[in-house]
Amino acid sequence: MISTLKHYVKTFTLFELLQGLSVTGKYFFKKKITIQYPEQKTPMSPRFRGHHALRRYDNGEERCIACKLCEATCPALAIKIESEEREDGTRRTTRYDIDMFKCIYCGFCEEACPVDAIVETRVFEYHFESREGSIITKDELLAFGDKHETQIAKDRAVEAAYR
Amino acid sequence: MIESLISFWASLPIALTTVIVILLKIVAIILPLILAVAYTTYAERKVIGYMQIRMGPNRVGPKGWLQPIADVVKLMFKEVIIPEKSSRFVFLFAPIMVLAPALVAWSVIPFADGMVLADVNAGLLFVLAITSLDVFGVILAGWASNSKYAMLSAMRVGAQVVSYEIAMGFALVGVLMASNSLNLSDIVNAQAGGIDNWFIWPLFGLFLVYFISGVAETNRAPFDVAEGESEIVAGFHVEYAGMAFALFFLAEYASMILISALTSLMFLGGWLSPFEGTFLVNIPAIGALFDSGIHWFLIKIMIFLFFYLWFRATFPRYRYDQIMRLGWKILIPVTIVWLFGEMVAIGLGWTPWA
Repeated sequence: MISTLKHYVKTFTLFELLQGLSVTGKYFFKKKITIQYPEQKTPMSPRFRGHHALRRYDNGEERCIACKLCEATCPALAIKIESEEREDGTRRTTRYDIDMFKCIYCGFCEEACPVDAIVETRVFEYHFESREGSIITKDELLAFGDKHETQIAKDRAVEAAYR
Repeated sequence: MIESLISFWASLPIALTTVIVILLKIVAIILPLILAVAYTTYAERKVIGYMQIRMGPNRVGPKGWLQPIADVVKLMFKEVIIPEKSSRFVFLFAPIMVLAPALVAWSVIPFADGMVLADVNAGLLFVLAITSLDVFGVILAGWASNSKYAMLSAMRVGAQVVSYEIAMGFALVGVLMASNSLNLSDIVNAQAGGIDNWFIWPLFGLFLVYFISGVAETNRAPFDVAEGESEIVAGFHVEYAGMAFALFFLAEYASMILISALTSLMFLGGWLSPFEGTFLVNIPAIGALFDSGIHWFLIKIMIFLFFYLWFRATFPRYRYDQIMRLGWKILIPVTIVWLFGEMVAIGLGWTPWA
């Protein structure tokens, strides 16, 4: 009896509807949490896995020794490596292609690499203008590494203790 | 120059000048109305965004103010696709059938004292009759599309609008009894004399019923089973694209504004100021702001429009049978009880609103 009465009072005073309205009404005045993307950006981890790069030693020699561990570990089969012996007797790649469409940015190549040659950088804002453009060649990867070397080295230094 | 214009105007036949004046008045109502519709869509996205702690559109133009213009331009350049097995004529005629009543009803709305296109004595009946016509366009659109979803939606709209029309009409009977007039200007003038004379106080239940059925009439959330994205895609306008779709959009928002305008006319004293008769009106220079005028009418319309958007941001959609239950088993009995109480009050000569 009392509960029925309560129910009727509640429905006819629109109690629950007003409760709902007050919730949305409160949120109307709350601070908005939207990140205005091109102008504002969220903080980024040094472990961020973005565009790939090939690194060099300080003397300018490329690090990659064509061990093909990255190619073997790549779960998406995105890496294609061909190698040969150079005149000075060392083994180096003649071809190092990454298909960015196949790549799933898992970071296994970076983990597998014994000489820290292939790395994934913080850069994630890039695009391709053709289908073939998705395949990044060795030269492009080396150039990309040269361009971002300071940031790459800094991130590796921060993470060194955990690797 | 001006004198020659005036003499040229005087030389025209009376019938012609009347027609020209009426046409100009119509333009003066329709153009701001369409602009208002455009910016209601903007306000809707902004308000709902804010209630979901987002920003809403803010990229096109300063603070996103040009967003509705961009939307209109986009819709204009899109192709109007006509389904192959649709009824071609009805398919294209339906949007007009929806839009026309939503605009025609504005002819009897008084914006301020004497600012009305057609001061008809049966204004209230006219509004009721015209707004009921809206549903025909929707049903035609649903049928002509030759699509199951559109058809289902048209059936839902038909049943829903017919059910809520009754509660709406009864709520207006209460207003009619209190004001003793069907003329909208007279209804507002009957509420003159301060905020405590507005019909919202003695007719509060009818006010709630009227606004709730108004929301249902315009097929807005939480009564938007006609649209029902999760079940029937977009309802009666699934098959429409481009300008044909824009007309439905326009009609929906125009009737939203219309319901808001009617609610403020009949329950909140239209253009009357809440400060009417207080000392504020006598302040020099800014006193006119506190006095009655069209700005109060616009403010009241905006308040109700905000409620529309607020409801949409808050309430989940009613189930179809619940809509029917609310309309027939709650709203109509409530209005009848309220009307009976009002009748007894008038019979006993106890009319605090007069």
